[in-house]
Amino acid sequence: MTDVNPLVAELRSLEAEALAELERADDALALDGVRIRYLGRKEGRISLVLRKLGQMDPALRPAVGAEANRVKEALQSALEGRTAALEAGAGTGSTTDLTLPGRRQWVGGRHPVTRVMDEIFRIFGDLGFTRARGPEAETEWYNFEALNTPLDHPAADEQDTLYLQGGGLLRSHTSPVQVRTLQAFEPPIRILAPGWVYRRDTYDATHTPAFLQVEGLVVDEGISFVDFKATLAEFARRLWGPGTTVRFRPSFFPFTEPSAEVDVKRVITLPDGSTHETDWLEIMGAGMVDPNVLDAAGVDPERYTGFAFGMGPGRIAMLKYGVTDLRTFFENDIRFLRQFSEDSP
Amino acid sequence: MNISYRWLTELVPGLTVSPEELAERLALLGFPVEEAFSFTQGLGDLIVARVVEAGPHPNADRLTLCRVDAASGEELQVVCGAPNVRTGGVYPFIPVGGVLPDGMKIRKAKIRGEHSNGMLCSPREIGLGTDHSGLLELTGDYEPGTSFVTALGLDDTRMDVEVTANRGDLLSHVGLARELMAGDGGVELPPIPGAPEVDVRLVSDPERVQVDGIVVRTEAPGLSRRFLGAVVRGVRVGPSPDWLQMRLRAVGLRPINNVVDATNYVLAELGQPLHAYDLQRLEGPEVVVRRARQGEPVETLDGEDRKLDESMLVISDAAKTVNVAGIMGDETSSVTTDTVDVFLECAHFEPASVRATKKALGIPSDAAYRFERFVDPGGQERALRRCLEIILSTAGGTLHPQVADVHPRPWKPASVKLRLGRVEHLLGIPFEASAVQDLLIPLGFRCTSDPVGTMEVEVPSWRGADVTREVDLIEEVARRHGFHRFPEDLKPFRPGTVPDHPLFILEDRLRDHLCAAGFFEAQTPAFVPAPEGEVRLLNPLSQEEPVLRRELVPSLLRRLEYNLARGNRDVRLFELATSFHRRPVDDAPAFEEPRVAVVATGRRAPAHWSRGEEALDIWDLKGLLESVVELTWGGPAQVRPGEVEGFPGVPGATLQVVSGEDRVLGGGGVVSPGALDVPPWAGQVLALELTLPSDPRMDSTVVARALPSFPAVERDLAVVVPVETAAAAVEAVARDAAGDDLESIQIFDVYEGEGLPVGTRSLAFRFRFRSPERTLTDDEVDRATRRITNRLGEELGVHVRGA
Repeated sequence: MTDVNPLVAELRSLEAEALAELERADDALALDGVRIRYLGRKEGRISLVLRKLGQMDPALRPAVGAEANRVKEALQSALEGRTAALEAGAGTGSTTDLTLPGRRQWVGGRHPVTRVMDEIFRIFGDLGFTRARGPEAETEWYNFEALNTPLDHPAADEQDTLYLQGGGLLRSHTSPVQVRTLQAFEPPIRILAPGWVYRRDTYDATHTPAFLQVEGLVVDEGISFVDFKATLAEFARRLWGPGTTVRFRPSFFPFTEPSAEVDVKRVITLPDGSTHETDWLEIMGAGMVDPNVLDAAGVDPERYTGFAFGMGPGRIAMLKYGVTDLRTFFENDIRFLRQFSEDSP
Repeated sequence: MNISYRWLTELVPGLTVSPEELAERLALLGFPVEEAFSFTQGLGDLIVARVVEAGPHPNADRLTLCRVDAASGEELQVVCGAPNVRTGGVYPFIPVGGVLPDGMKIRKAKIRGEHSNGMLCSPREIGLGTDHSGLLELTGDYEPGTSFVTALGLDDTRMDVEVTANRGDLLSHVGLARELMAGDGGVELPPIPGAPEVDVRLVSDPERVQVDGIVVRTEAPGLSRRFLGAVVRGVRVGPSPDWLQMRLRAVGLRPINNVVDATNYVLAELGQPLHAYDLQRLEGPEVVVRRARQGEPVETLDGEDRKLDESMLVISDAAKTVNVAGIMGDETSSVTTDTVDVFLECAHFEPASVRATKKALGIPSDAAYRFERFVDPGGQERALRRCLEIILSTAGGTLHPQVADVHPRPWKPASVKLRLGRVEHLLGIPFEASAVQDLLIPLGFRCTSDPVGTMEVEVPSWRGADVTREVDLIEEVARRHGFHRFPEDLKPFRPGTVPDHPLFILEDRLRDHLCAAGFFEAQTPAFVPAPEGEVRLLNPLSQEEPVLRRELVPSLLRRLEYNLARGNRDVRLFELATSFHRRPVDDAPAFEEPRVAVVATGRRAPAHWSRGEEALDIWDLKGLLESVVELTWGGPAQVRPGEVEGFPGVPGATLQVVSGEDRVLGGGGVVSPGALDVPPWAGQVLALELTLPSDPRMDSTVVARALPSFPAVERDLAVVVPVETAAAAVEAVARDAAGDDLESIQIFDVYEGEGLPVGTRSLAFRFRFRSPERTLTDDEVDRATRRITNRLGEELGVHVRGA
């Protein structure tokens, strides 16, 4: 037996020491400490041993080198094994009970009425509409007169208006945005005007004095009643789903002529798979833009025609989500809102 | 407006529809039926009965003991509590075992010791009105035992038809009948039973007429287009015959007496309000149409004393106002059972004037409702004759052959041009001249067409207010053609010129950001208690919330309190809404700011078995505020300690956001417990509020930077500073001293306590250096670190631990 080369002996004892330390290390940080102490390139103990190789008999060097590589590999693989073992058992002992609940983060959600508005924006966005906005505190001219609604006409009563001290009022519809847009932009106009509107209604299951509205306006050359019906029927079917029947019923709004109420009849699939057709639901007021409105906004009604429509996303949200009281949307009870969180379907 | 199904269908020859079909037809014409009530519903058990004898109840003063003939073979004993029950009276009766419309079953009963076998009914008990003051007394000659429904022709449905504000002409049975008819717009009225020929001659003058010794004149021709007055002397005022009472009850009106009922009948039939005066109570006798005198008092029929002003139109006699024109008469001149001579008014008043007066006085009346929506200016004579027929047949009397007709402004029918090309342009499909005529003529329009595709259309007087333009006629064409018959072909469209408003895009991104951070979007109304706003409402809904909010946080805190009160411990809400300020710009009534606000309380993360529960704290809030500021205002805006006006924060625990121009844009922090009403277990509440840019630039194009190709070097320094020295101040000096190669500074530990002098703390910084051009040497980095330590020593007198 030849004497064991002292460097080889040193390597073997380092190996034993390192393996013992690895066994004691019980987290990633400790493991990394072991790695740096023994395998570090500059200060690692094995590297330090190998530096002494230079002073050795060149004939003995290969054996020491080979031993050094073996020890390195052995430690490396022990290190990996130990790391894997620690990871698998992370803080739970040696076996992991994967039936325990996972760790989650809070996820919030858009208000249900915003959800409906987003859907309206998306559908009309596909049909080429963009969104416009205007002030909530308005003048009588924009809220009534420019919209062909003289204040001494009973039509002005139907939206009992909230007035401000010192002049002005809270808009009773977002139609003033239509007028402002017609004043500021040239046709073709294809806009939605979403926003808060205010009426002097007391709170009940279907009324609140402040509510969101989405109105729309199209003005261009050659827009007809057929375009009006086609666009709104397309929207209604996309919003309410296939099988929806759309009905246009004559009505009256001072700012449109002809005017219509848009009703839908939905087909609802019940949990047992059977289908059920609803009654007619009123979802929109609409019509061809009255020439007086175009005139007031400085648009030539002989050249341009158009249509306008308005709907209450709160009412649509009630129908869509089966909410029976509009006031629920103002309570903002977290347990209610959570049903509409972003990680819900 | 209430209509009777039978009344309406009788006016349309050949119309056989069920009430449901009628409702559907009206809806498709634009007049949906809000509610329908069938009178026969639940009235099947009701019969007609005669009281053979009404005598006193032996044990009760207010009760009557009746013997009733209900054709049941023997007379029944019935105890009755109504004051108007009398021997010989005929009333609706429910025998024992029958059921009332409200579901109540009639049983044999003993009332104060006397047996009662059935019940005599009041109008309210059988759903024929609200009157419960006495029994419904029938005046006709009915056989006891006959079905009440058949006997009175009550096989009817009351329908509440929603008539749009532009169609005053439809506020009557004849108006609606016209819409349902073919022909030329004429509706023939059924004869009034027993009515004599009404033989009168109109004596017309623009200003003043005298008939039968009564002067009728106008001083306000601008407010009263026409005023007809007829005189009937020697009437017998009393209850109306059953057919008339039932018609009125069918439309929800309470019968009063035969004269007043006649006017109400014509109102419902033709839509023309009339007013009957007791002639003997008119001084003069004179009837003057004039403006009220300033402050003039009148006691109207509803028993109220009212003060009038000069803008209001009244009818007066020689001495005083007897009627607020078109709205309500006065107490003294109304027709009562003592009235012998009647002066009957039938007029056309200006809609705007009636409306203004009605609003000022706050009197809603059936007459005012019609006048403000435009009464047919060509219909007064017909209505007056109709009303006289009924009065003469039900109250008798002698009609004076002359009728006063003060007619300052005769109605001229309007003629409107209709281009067939325009019809097609607007409606999208072509219409032949003959087709247009076929649609318009049944409504009473008269059309003449010329060869170049233009039509002259004469508008009937009853449509004088709503059809004045070509487009009004086009609407009629579309409506009569049927909206459902137009195609729905989606055609290509030109894109619009209006860009999607950037604030909507910013709000969408904020929603994404806040939802991902675990917040729920709330919506709250803008009305708040007086201290929370400066823009006041003139006519607020409630005195508790008379202003529009100046800040959003208070509204959100109330929603947070609401949630805590319901046991929701983790509450994180945000809202995007408008705040209102008293800083008018240009002509705008108020200054508005788009804002975002957040409130939060509870745990930082959902409970998990692997970790303890930590509450949200100011650092969560500050981090959120910083990220929201970056998203909305970007670089130049800063978050720094400071108070925010209007924010209910704990002193020293609030942050403000300032713009590049040093304007405060908002802020946030810990909400003062004094500003909250929460359960004792509630933890800290945090909130923030930030003004959004009203026209944000959403076009920020990101230019990607090349990733660094040289390694970074990190150095840690722990700095011991007096506790008053702000970390930001230390960091600013360090940053300035570090030189160009500093990539980032991170504070990774803050320590105070054992091992440090009292009143000091240690801030541990990690500096990361990197050069874009080369690998930094240890030496270079050490020099940079020394510069930092030196400058910190010089400028802040601080000492670097372990350096």
